[in-house]
Amino acid sequence: MTAALRTQDLGKRYRQRWALADCTLDIPAGRIVGLVGRNGAGKTTLLNLAVGQLAPTTGTIEVLGGQPASGPAQLAKVGYVAQDTPTYSGLTVAEHLTLGARLNPGWDGALARDRIGRLRLDPRQRAGKLSGGQKAQLALTLGIAKRPELLILDEPVASLDPVARREFLQILMEAAAEQELSVILSSHLVADLERVCDYLIVLDAARVRLVGPIDELLASHHRLTGPRRDPATLPADQQVITASHTDRQTTLVVRTDAPILDPAWTVTGVGLEDLVLAYLSDQADPVDTPRPTLAVQR
Amino acid sequence: MIWLTWRQFRTQALVVFGALVALAAVLASTGPGLAHRYADGVAACTTGGGDCSFFTEAFFISHRNTFVILALVVLFLPAVIGLFWGAPLVTRELETGTYRLVWSQTVSRDRWLAVKLGLVGLATAAAAGLASVAVSWWSSPLDKISGGQLPRMAPPIFETRGIVPIGYAAFALALGVTAGLLVRRTVPAMAIALAAFIAVQIAVPLWVRPHLMSPVRVVTPITAANIDGFDINNGLISVNVKPLDSEAWSLHSRTVDAAGHPVTSLPTEVTSVCTPPPPGPGGVTKVQRAPGFREACLAAISRAGYQQEQVYQPASRFWAFQWIETGLFGGLALGLAGFCFWRIRRLS
Amino acid sequence: MIEFHLDAGSGVSPYQQLVRQVRHALRLGLLQKGDQLPTVKDVVAALAINPNTVLKAYRELEHDGLVAARPGLGTFVTATLTDGSLAAHRPLRQDLRRWMDRARRAGLDDESIEALFMDTFRASIQEDIA
Repeated sequence: MTAALRTQDLGKRYRQRWALADCTLDIPAGRIVGLVGRNGAGKTTLLNLAVGQLAPTTGTIEVLGGQPASGPAQLAKVGYVAQDTPTYSGLTVAEHLTLGARLNPGWDGALARDRIGRLRLDPRQRAGKLSGGQKAQLALTLGIAKRPELLILDEPVASLDPVARREFLQILMEAAAEQELSVILSSHLVADLERVCDYLIVLDAARVRLVGPIDELLASHHRLTGPRRDPATLPADQQVITASHTDRQTTLVVRTDAPILDPAWTVTGVGLEDLVLAYLSDQADPVDTPRPTLAVQR
Repeated sequence: MIWLTWRQFRTQALVVFGALVALAAVLASTGPGLAHRYADGVAACTTGGGDCSFFTEAFFISHRNTFVILALVVLFLPAVIGLFWGAPLVTRELETGTYRLVWSQTVSRDRWLAVKLGLVGLATAAAAGLASVAVSWWSSPLDKISGGQLPRMAPPIFETRGIVPIGYAAFALALGVTAGLLVRRTVPAMAIALAAFIAVQIAVPLWVRPHLMSPVRVVTPITAANIDGFDINNGLISVNVKPLDSEAWSLHSRTVDAAGHPVTSLPTEVTSVCTPPPPGPGGVTKVQRAPGFREACLAAISRAGYQQEQVYQPASRFWAFQWIETGLFGGLALGLAGFCFWRIRRLS
Repeated sequence: MIEFHLDAGSGVSPYQQLVRQVRHALRLGLLQKGDQLPTVKDVVAALAINPNTVLKAYRELEHDGLVAARPGLGTFVTATLTDGSLAAHRPLRQDLRRWMDRARRAGLDDESIEALFMDTFRASIQEDIA
C-alpha cells in the first residue's frame, strides 16, 4: 500500500534558521493523522512541503508515491486547506464552486452543491461577507469536492467557535468515511485530535518528537507514581519521558512495551493531551539522543 | 483558468475599456468635422493663391489644447495600465493568501501565471492600440500642421502615435507584475513600477532613440531665406535658423565656425555689424531689422565663415523608428515576463 | 435506530464507549434482533469521530456474535442481551447485596466501598492476564 507521506531527512532552512530538520516519516495511507506542536515548531512548513508550495533544502519527500506538485495528476490527488482558509473575498460561493469545477478535472459538482445546501450557505453571497466558520466550510468543500486521495489541513479550526468547529469536523469525518480519504490535520486542540485522529506526529523546535498510531502510543505510555526515586535507577527498557519530584513523591511518564513489575509504582494510563505535553516539555530528550543502558535494580 | 482570470480582471477591464470606448466615440463623432474644416480651410486659402501658413497656424492654435490633452491621455495610459492592471495581478493573491487556494487546485504555477499574463497582456495591447488609433486618427489633420511646435516625429508626440504605445503598455504591465513579485505588497509595487517606468520613459527619448538610426547632419550657410531671428544676451548675439525639415525631430541646431566647432554666439567683428541700436529694456530681445541692415549682417556672418549645423531625424523615418522602439519595449516586456516565470517557481 | 454519544472526559476509549452503548441498548431491549445499527457515515457525521473507531467497535461486536455486517446493506443485530440473563444471576446479586451491607456495618463510606471493589476487581483482571 502506498504511503500517504514518506520523508527521509527532510529539512527546510530560511536564511539562518532551520524551520524543519531531520524529519523522517513513513505515514501509511487511510489514516487520519494529527500534527501537533507549538507555534513555530514547523507544522506549516511540513504541510507546505507536502503540498509542494515549498521546496526542501535537504532530504526527500514523497506524497502518495509522487513528488509534491509535480504535475496535474499529483495536484489532483492532494487537496489542501491552508491556514486561515483563504477565499476570494470578491467571488460568491457559487463562483468558488465554478472555480473548483474549471480548475479540477476530478471535480464532483453534485457533492459540492449538496454540501453547500446542507450548510445552508447562500450561493450568491460573496465570500468576503461570510463568517469565519462559513469560510472554513467553503474552503473544506473545495478541498473535498475535487475528490483527492489525501487532504491536508493547516489549523483549519483554530479561529472557529465551538459550534463551527464541531460542524467542520463532522463534515470532514463524513467525507473521510465516504471517500476513503487520508487526512493530515494540524491543530492545537488535542481534544479534537483525540476524537478524530488515529495517528499522531508531535513536532517541537523543527524536529519530530513522537510519531505513531495513537492507540499504540497510548498503550505504551504509562504514568508511574510512587515514593521518591532517581529516574536513572529504572530498567533500560523503560524510557523516562518526564519526571517530577516532591520531597516524598516521584511522578514519571515512561514509555515501555513490557509490563511494569515493580510493586512500588502505582501505574495509570496517560491521556493524549498529557502525552503530547510530556513530549513538548523541556525535559523530553530529542529522539536521536542515545540512552545509556542500565541494569534492573533489585 | 481563463474563466477565473477574467472574473478577477472584469472590473478593472471594464473601467478602462469603458473610458476608452467613450473617448473613441467622442473622437469618432468630432473627427470628421475637424477634417472637413481643415480641408475646406486649406482649399479656401490655396484658391486665393496665397500662403496658407496664417490659416494653418491659427487652425492649430485653436485646437492645440485638445490636441495636447489627447496626447497626454495616450501618454499616461501605459502607466495607468502598469499600475492598476499589472501591480495587483499577482501581488493581490500573494497579499491575501489566495495563491495558496488556487495553487492547490489542479493547475500548475506556470499555467496560472501564463494565463494571467496572456489574457491581461492581450487586453493591454488592445487598450493601448485603441487609444493610439483613435487619437492618431482624430489628430491627423493637426499632425500635418504641427511641425515647428509639436511635430509627430519628436517627443512627446512620437510616444503617443502609431504602435509604440502598445510597446510601452506591455512594458509597464510587465514592470508592474515584476515589482509585485519582488516586493509582494501591492502599494509599494505600484510605486516602484511607476518610478521605474518614468525613469525609462525619460531615458529612452533622451539617450536611446536619437541613436536608433544615424541622424542626418547638414551644414548650411545662414541666409535671408532660412534665418528666423537674432537673440541678444548681454551684448552677445546668436542666430536662430529655421529647420530644413519642419516636421523632423531636431536634435541639434547650432552655429558652427569655419572649422566646424559649435559656438554659442557670433564673434565680435560680426557683432558690431549686427548689433541693433540700443532699444528700451536690456536683456534678450528678438530683433527684426530693416532689409538693408539684415543683408549687411548676413554678409558679415558668411564672410566670417559661420554656418548652421543641423542634426535631425527626418520625418520619413517615423515608421522605422516606431517599429524599432516597439520591438525594443516588447523585448523588455518579454524579458521581464521570463524573469517572472523563473521567480514564481522559487516563491513560497 | 439508536443514537450514540461520546463522553470525552470519561477516560474510556471512544470505541469502547460505542461498544458499551450498543450492549446497553441490547440489554434494555432498545435494539431488537434484525434492527440496523447506524451506518459508519451517519455516526461519524453526528459525532465527528474517526471512521476507523466506528469500524473497530462494530468489528468487536461482530466478533462477540452480537451483530453481523451485510455488505452494501449495513450492520444488523443478530442476538440480544436481555434482562433475562441478568435475572438468571439473582443469587449473585443477593450475595453482592449482603457483602455491601457488611461493608457498611464495618464503617466504610460509599467511596471506600467503591474503591475497595474496583481495586479488587482490577487486581483480579491482572491476575487473570498474568
